[in-house]
Amino acid sequence: MSGIDREIICIVCPTGCRIRVSGPDTEHLEVSGNECKRGEEYALKEIADPRRTLITTVQIDHGTLRRLPVRTNREIPKQSIFPCMEVINRIRVEAPVEVGQVLVADILGTGADVVATRSMGRNGG
Amino acid sequence: MDSYDIVVIGGGPAGMAAAVAAREEGVQKILLIERDRELGGILQQCIHNGFGLHHFKEDLTGPEFSERYIRRMEELEIPCKLDTTVLEITAGREILYINAREGATKVSAGAIVLAMGCRERSRGAVNIPGSRPAGVFTAGTAQRLINMEGYMVGRRIMMLGTGDIGLIMARRLTLEGAKVIAVLARKPYPGGLMRNVAQCLYDYDIPLMLRHTIVEIQGRDRVTGVLVADTDENSRPIPGSERLYECDTVILSVGLIPENELSLSAGVQLDPHTGGPVVDESRQTSVAGIFACGNVVHVHDLVDFVVEESEIAGKGAAGFVQGRAERAEVDGTPIHLLPGEGLKYVVPQRMRGINGEASLDLFLRVNRVYGRSAIEVRHDGDTVKRLKRLRMNPGEMERMRLQSSALEKLNGADLIVEAVEVDG
Repeated sequence: MSGIDREIICIVCPTGCRIRVSGPDTEHLEVSGNECKRGEEYALKEIADPRRTLITTVQIDHGTLRRLPVRTNREIPKQSIFPCMEVINRIRVEAPVEVGQVLVADILGTGADVVATRSMGRNGG
Repeated sequence: MDSYDIVVIGGGPAGMAAAVAAREEGVQKILLIERDRELGGILQQCIHNGFGLHHFKEDLTGPEFSERYIRRMEELEIPCKLDTTVLEITAGREILYINAREGATKVSAGAIVLAMGCRERSRGAVNIPGSRPAGVFTAGTAQRLINMEGYMVGRRIMMLGTGDIGLIMARRLTLEGAKVIAVLARKPYPGGLMRNVAQCLYDYDIPLMLRHTIVEIQGRDRVTGVLVADTDENSRPIPGSERLYECDTVILSVGLIPENELSLSAGVQLDPHTGGPVVDESRQTSVAGIFACGNVVHVHDLVDFVVEESEIAGKGAAGFVQGRAERAEVDGTPIHLLPGEGLKYVVPQRMRGINGEASLDLFLRVNRVYGRSAIEVRHDGDTVKRLKRLRMNPGEMERMRLQSSALEKLNGADLIVEAVEVDG
């Protein structure tokens, strides 16, 4: 079967519109079912280049907790999520850490940095 | 006995936002009491994003949102007692707390703000039969273990319940290398938001099994499997439909309950529909000078709405200690708001028109999925206010604005709030 016909659940806001994207090719797509303009943008991007913010934790030494929460500071391609997890799982940081501190710059060439999402002091300090 | 203008109980987003709002109203002697080792509450373990879109106009993670409030608490020099548990409060606004430095200590307050949040329903609350092996966790406990304490909870996971925390944990466990066999919902629709179903389950090919439940947990020392059954139209398991799924871990995401033991010790009246205190529009409870906000009042979807409500409570408590709310005691004929057909609850439950605000917002939740519909506020058969909606579902809190002018002549009245289907 040729052409594109997909139903996408919009994740832009809590409404969660079911958006249908269809057409003979990626140049000629029709979008329906969205309640706002942002939904159309999301649905088209989801077809052309689906991206997500990756959020996880890294190991931290001498911190008040054993894990430090981190995020990518911009969205990365969906297929890069697990490869990026492998990189993130290998890093180990030393307390103290400040919120926003870059822990991995330009992870796997995605243009996104992995940054700390909280400050964490040294254990007992 | 030390005395304070306002004592806030709980250092999560609700407590911090209430304390900040009270300070900004000029209240000097504020004390915040928190049982954990740091401020931030449950947000510190909610490492995912989606917070702050309303309040900060930014897409923040839980810890990022929390840290902004912690900084604000520091800037305003609001004192906190950490690692401190409140044991009892009284209607006379005395607070008994305990910690390792001071022992058991009693303080008094001009006003108290209750901001203890909520707790999770557990296996006992949903009565799952079977043995009692290790490996059964609530979603929030698993979240704290993985995201903060650094312990993985299991490898092959069956999840019961489709609350947002459960959906988010299904994704989190998958990212950390576990296999989530399926997420089960007793009802024909998921409890959480569709966007979380999409970005947490569909993105990772995690099966969502609607109309299924766990009828038995098996295993002696550790979970070895669960019996899963289909459910009927009343969400009850259908005998004979059981199948065995092998797994080492069961995660429950089966609802949250406001945590109100302390409220009860002060004689605060609770609403059976929310599980939290009955409050008026300034978030004052049935006991004068005791206010409440956040998930202790009703379980919110978004922290943005928690802090909005907590600012109301902080200002309300400030008004009380500064003497502006004295009329509350005098004008004793409140309007009562009652949930009618289709509504799970409505907050606030009482209005006293004491703040002189031009309008006030009702927060409410429907008890089933609605398509084209309306929320109506009725008095003696007349519709006082009507709000049309394209769709409503129990997983999303609704908000409705009432003009104070429309309420002036209704003192002492009972207003019924209902959800109705609309054709076309």
